[in-house]
Amino acid sequence: MNPELSPVGSTTADSRPRVGSNVRIASILVIVVVGSLLFVAAQPRLYRAFCEWTGLYDIDRAEQVAVSSLPGRPVTLEFDANSHDGGLLFRPQTNSLAVKTGEIVHVIYRVENTRDSTVIGQAVPSYGPQHAGGYVKKLECFCFKQQTFAPHEVREMDVVFLIDPKLPDDVATLTLSYTFFEVPAGGAKALATSAEVRT
Amino acid sequence: MQATHTAGHAGDHHHDDHAHYPSGWKRWVTTTNHKDIGSMYLWFSFVMFLVGGAMSLIIRAELFSPGLQYVSPEFYNQMLTLHALIMVFGAIMPAFVGFANWMIPMMIGASDMAFARMNNWSFWLLPPAAILLTVSIFVPGGAAGTGWTLYPPLSVQMGIGMDMTIFAVHILGMSSIMGSINIVTTILNLRTPGMTLMKMPLFCWTWLVTGFLLIASMPILAGAVTMLLTDRHFGTTFFNAAGGGDPVLFQHIFWFFGHPEVYIIALPAFGVVSHVIPAFSRKHLFGYTSMVYAIAAIGLISFFVWAHHMYVTGIPLTGQLYFMYATMLIAVPTGVKVFNWVTTMWRGSLTFETPMLFALGFLVLFTIGGLTGLVLAMTAVDIQLQDTYYVVAHFHYVMVAGALFSAYSGLYFWLPKWTGHMYNEGLGKLHFWLSIIFFNIAFFPQHFLGLAGMPRRIPDYSQQFADFNVVSSVGAFGFGLSQLLVLIVVFQAVKGGAKADSRPWDGAHGLEWTVPSPAPYHTFEDPPAFDAAEAHA
Ligand SMILES: [Cu+2]
Repeated sequence: MNPELSPVGSTTADSRPRVGSNVRIASILVIVVVGSLLFVAAQPRLYRAFCEWTGLYDIDRAEQVAVSSLPGRPVTLEFDANSHDGGLLFRPQTNSLAVKTGEIVHVIYRVENTRDSTVIGQAVPSYGPQHAGGYVKKLECFCFKQQTFAPHEVREMDVVFLIDPKLPDDVATLTLSYTFFEVPAGGAKALATSAEVRT
Repeated sequence: MQATHTAGHAGDHHHDDHAHYPSGWKRWVTTTNHKDIGSMYLWFSFVMFLVGGAMSLIIRAELFSPGLQYVSPEFYNQMLTLHALIMVFGAIMPAFVGFANWMIPMMIGASDMAFARMNNWSFWLLPPAAILLTVSIFVPGGAAGTGWTLYPPLSVQMGIGMDMTIFAVHILGMSSIMGSINIVTTILNLRTPGMTLMKMPLFCWTWLVTGFLLIASMPILAGAVTMLLTDRHFGTTFFNAAGGGDPVLFQHIFWFFGHPEVYIIALPAFGVVSHVIPAFSRKHLFGYTSMVYAIAAIGLISFFVWAHHMYVTGIPLTGQLYFMYATMLIAVPTGVKVFNWVTTMWRGSLTFETPMLFALGFLVLFTIGGLTGLVLAMTAVDIQLQDTYYVVAHFHYVMVAGALFSAYSGLYFWLPKWTGHMYNEGLGKLHFWLSIIFFNIAFFPQHFLGLAGMPRRIPDYSQQFADFNVVSSVGAFGFGLSQLLVLIVVFQAVKGGAKADSRPWDGAHGLEWTVPSPAPYHTFEDPPAFDAAEAHA
């Protein structure tokens, strides 16, 4: 037998302080490796379960979290929409809402591209009064990224937010206004498509 | 004792010193000899050290003055990512695996590693991984530019270089796991009769715990990068919030591996120093038992402190407090070790040959690195210092002045045993003094830069940081160039020099010093007698 191929010590009958055969120890260690692999495979589920259990990062509970610190008070929200050029028809589905601070508000905006060409646009928000803007906590908004509209496409877009209960008392009405700007050459991706728009 | 097998079994062809291996390159490809494989690990790690070092010099050249001079920001990011991955996985870890291969069988009186063939495979997995990492610079999109932490979403967006990095990590993980299984089995099973676990040399203890850390933590990293891979190509959304995942999950998984990794590197370094300091103090190691418990405690706690890298990810206050206190707890066993090393030297008859100099350099600078680590453990402070050069300074004190200096200490300590010749003591000392001076010139100012708010991983910086960056870059180039000295020292010792005794250091004890120098190709084919009084000297 080639001594280099056999596990060392397996053929000699010496009195080393053995824990078991080499292969047995290695098998136990392989089980640890497999256990570690299973542990990491389970992480996405465990992580989600932990976050749900503790309420961390849980958007559904954001309302409770916000309300728990300060009581909500009524506030009137007004929605406004403008388009910087005539190509996009842009308006909110609701013009005004009576809500309480800390409540999750869901509003839909409707956009129609009236042109025969593709339009890339980005909505830019503004607030009235201006200093109230910091208290609008957006969870999801179509204004987060550029939007591409096919010719004559009609699309409904969401904005989900809540008004921070720390909103100063003198603000009774808050206006959320969006203006859609056409992006001439926004980013590398838009370059190619906007070239088509020009022709 | 010294000539156990050479004299006792001279007539037995199985046990003789004449190696029966193929000649030329085939010997190195097919070898299952722990000494050959140990040497290959060490050479590989030194080559990788030079490659990773060259990358760090590109970084320091760019940072010599504000503005962009030599490289694009993208290439800069790739350099700092590869520098880190290559130094951690290609240089430091293989260096200590090399030490383990060479020394552990000789320390415990075994003839070879438990699984000699697998040992060969674990080494030969490394070059393909290193090639994948370095070649990825030249593919479209370049190498991974995410930093070694590979955080999504950036790592999900990068080009094919990222996939090559992921595969390299898989291969390196496999190599480490196989190597660890081998080392742990060898230590548990092949000790010479009479050498109980608590009489085992401390280097073996550090590797026993390191082996377990690797076996438990490398699969975690492999899993994390596999999830990255499926997020990139197979439509999963583990780390994509838009699909119900969470990029912060990656950080949790990564650091659950990443923190034990710190001790995977540090523990064997502790082990080497625990041999060198007693040898040059001519005393037994102080507090052997407490050393063993400290190693085990460090290994265990290292799995429960990961989120100290994540204080600014929005973890709740309770979490921040827990991770802060748990992290500070590690200072206790580490402090025990530093105390024991210092006490070992207390009233010893000290001499300051190169191995001892590097061990002392390790002791002083590692302690500084440990203390800045404690500063960073404090949540309130870390929120300010997160991702600044203070962190860069901290981990270079731990990784370079800690692990690398310890590796040099071990290299000079065991070089006579490996080559049979004494190295050039003058050059060795010069190497040490240049290293420690330039190291501090390079990295000490980075503490100030970090405190002043200079962010890491950015090729440009604001004017007020210019002076300290000049100093740091000068130090880095000085440090880099002085590392070439070690190459001269090793070549000289391999080629010739004063003959080394079987025990060239009069204060050194242990079975490895009972075999002739250079160590014969086969040692301890029969288990040697073990003198318990000589244990853990
Ligand atoms: Cu850590």
